[in-house]
Order: sequence, then structure tokens, then C-alpha cells
Amino acid sequence: MSEDPKRTDTTESPDEMSRRNFFIKMGVGSVAIAALGTTVFGYQYLSPNVLYEPSPIVDAGKPDHYPPDSVTLDPQTAIYVVRTAEGFFALSAICTHLGCLTAYKPELGIIACPCHGSKFNKDGIKIEGPAPRPLPWLRMWLSEDGNLMVDRSNAIAIKQLVRV
Amino acid sequence: MANTLDQLVEQVRENRIWRSIFRSGTGESNLHRALFVQQNVFLHLFSVKARKRTVGFSATWYLGAMTFGTFLILVITGILLMLYYHPSVPQAYADMKDLQFVVSSGVFLRNLHRWSAHAMVFLVFAHMFKVFYRGAYRPPREFNWVIGVVLLLVTLLLSYTGYLLPWDQLAYWAVTVGSNIASAVPVMGSKIRFLMLGGTAVNANALLRFYVLHCVILPFTATLLVAIHFWRIRKDGGIYACEPATEGKSE
Repeated sequence: MSEDPKRTDTTESPDEMSRRNFFIKMGVGSVAIAALGTTVFGYQYLSPNVLYEPSPIVDAGKPDHYPPDSVTLDPQTAIYVVRTAEGFFALSAICTHLGCLTAYKPELGIIACPCHGSKFNKDGIKIEGPAPRPLPWLRMWLSEDGNLMVDRSNAIAIKQLVRV
Repeated sequence: MANTLDQLVEQVRENRIWRSIFRSGTGESNLHRALFVQQNVFLHLFSVKARKRTVGFSATWYLGAMTFGTFLILVITGILLMLYYHPSVPQAYADMKDLQFVVSSGVFLRNLHRWSAHAMVFLVFAHMFKVFYRGAYRPPREFNWVIGVVLLLVTLLLSYTGYLLPWDQLAYWAVTVGSNIASAVPVMGSKIRFLMLGGTAVNANALLRFYVLHCVILPFTATLLVAIHFWRIRKDGGIYACEPATEGKSE
């Protein structure tokens, strides 16, 4: 091999690649492609395609279950159904700071978070504390059989009341 | 009596089976001692010789060794706790209560696991402060310091993932808060939270993922890094010995 004159030619020429270098580049390249594929594969495997989680759409029951001027928390679904003189709206009960479940304090008329002390009024506007955003209003509508329905995955930007 | 015991020990150590396992032999010389360390798979991570002042209490306060001790306690008690704990939503909390009130010595093992975990976090910090204030992180030991920082993160992640497993209110809300902190990462925050929890809320998937991280992935990572961490002590010239201030040699 070492006496082969062609071999010395190829190593001296900067444009041509030696056989060994070629195979090293091929090997490293294929390992890199495989690693990339493994990363994509791993990411897809770790992201569940089906979630066995409760539906975001909640049936909050008949409107007359809620007394006038009331704020009612359902801890299971983490929503407030607020009834004012004008109508109903739904408020997320999950604190916008770090996701704790807030509670309504009827004696103070405010919503308070037990984790880091954020306080909100009945409209979800922050009064004090670390929460960066107001509690979101959730889309609410009346079903055909007259029940209040709330979509927890759908926050509404424009505040609308459901009038019954 | 002592003589016959010595003879018995000697006989065992001369025995062919013993010699096939421990090849260094029975001698008392420094060479034999060195061979004993060098030829043992666990001990060969360490150097066969150390300066006297580096093995005394004042050099390290044995903080690293104690950290490793708590880690060993955590591995043993953790494996025992795994025998009674099911990482599922209906059973996790009940299993934890069973360990406290029904299983023999269960409350002892659970508390030992818990307090050792607290002690380990404390000792890791103490060890790092000691290394930092002695200047033992400086070259050629800078990479071992980096491994140590990674080990600190692994220790904290072990604490955090273990925190969810009792599946009580404290665990649930702590992980809710913790996963929301992770989602504050720019751009990919909510993706990280989704992968961490295996869903959008702390639920069955999150419990199982934290269990696997806590019992398999993180302990293996820690064991591997600890092995490298110990081996690097030897490779970087042994435990750091302060230059005595009185000598005032310039190097």
C-alpha cells in the first residue's frame, strides 16, 4: 500500500479526500443523522397523543341553582360561576401566577390564592399579589336543555355576560 | 484465642477461592496495600496513596463522604419502599399511609428516606461551600467542580421528583407550582411542562413519569456522575491540600 504512487498523490492534493477520511466522514455523518432521528423519535414518544384527562367542557347545571349576586366555586372543575344582576359569567379559578386553586372569600367579596397571596375581585381583576394577569373569563353558553355550559380551554378576550 | 483467630483469618486469605477473588495476597507491605486498592473495582477509583493532611477531619470535614453515605442510605431505603408503593393515582397515597401505619418498620424506613434526603441536600451544599472557600475548585480540579454542580442539580431533581410520590395535597400543589415555574421558560416553556407531566395537568401520567425519573433515571445518572467525581479526585492529584501558610513557598 505504502508503495502505491497514487496514494501519495491523493494525500498531497488538498481537493481530494483519502479513502479513510471519506469513510470517517460517512460514519460520523450517519451517526449524526441517526442521533437527530432519535431525538425526534424520543420527543414524539414522550408527547402523549391521547390524554385521559377530564373534558374541558363543563356542564355547570341550571342557572337558577345560583343565587343572585353570588360567586360559586366548583373545586373539581376549577371554575367560578358568577351571577350578577345583569347575567352570568364563568371565571377560571386557577391562579395566573403558578396554577394554584384560588378560593372566594364571601366576607371580603374577593378571590384569594392560598399559595402566594394573590387577590382578585369578582371580575377576576388583580387587586394585589404576584399574579401577572387577571383570572381569565371562560366562554359560557346555554345548552339546548337550558344548562350553563363552560369551555375551560377557551378564554374570551371580550367580556360577555350570559343573560337568562 | 487471638492467635487462633489470626491463623484462621490467614488461612481464609490464603485459600484458593479467596485468592481468586482478591488477588493482592496477604502481605503487609505498602505494595500489597497499594495492590489491594488498585485491584478492587470500587477502590481503584481512589488513589492508592494520600497525603496525611488530606485524610484528616479538618481538610474536608468528610462532607463529601457523608453526602455519599446519605446517598447509599437513600438507595437502600428507597428500594425497600418500592416494594410496597404502587405509582398509581388510586393507590399511591394509600400505600404511603400503609407504610406509615401497617407495614412493619415501614414508618422507620420512610422517615429514614425522608430525613436522609433532607440531609443529603444540606450536605451537598455544605460540601460545595467547603470546596469553594478552600479554593479546591481551581485548576486542575475545575472540571470536577462542574460535575459537582451537575450532581447538585441531580440531587435537587431527585428531591423534587420524590416530593410528588406521596400524592398528598402538599405534593400535588408543589408539583403544580413547580411545573408552572418550568413553563416560564421562554418559547418552549409549555412544551417542557407538557413533556414533564405527560399531559396538561398533574395527573396519572405525571405520577408515573416522576416515579420513573425518581427511581431509575436520576439515580443511575447520579451513580455514574458520582463514580466519575470520585475517579477525578485521583486523576486531578488527590484531595486538595492547602499550602501551609507559614512556609510561604513561591511556586
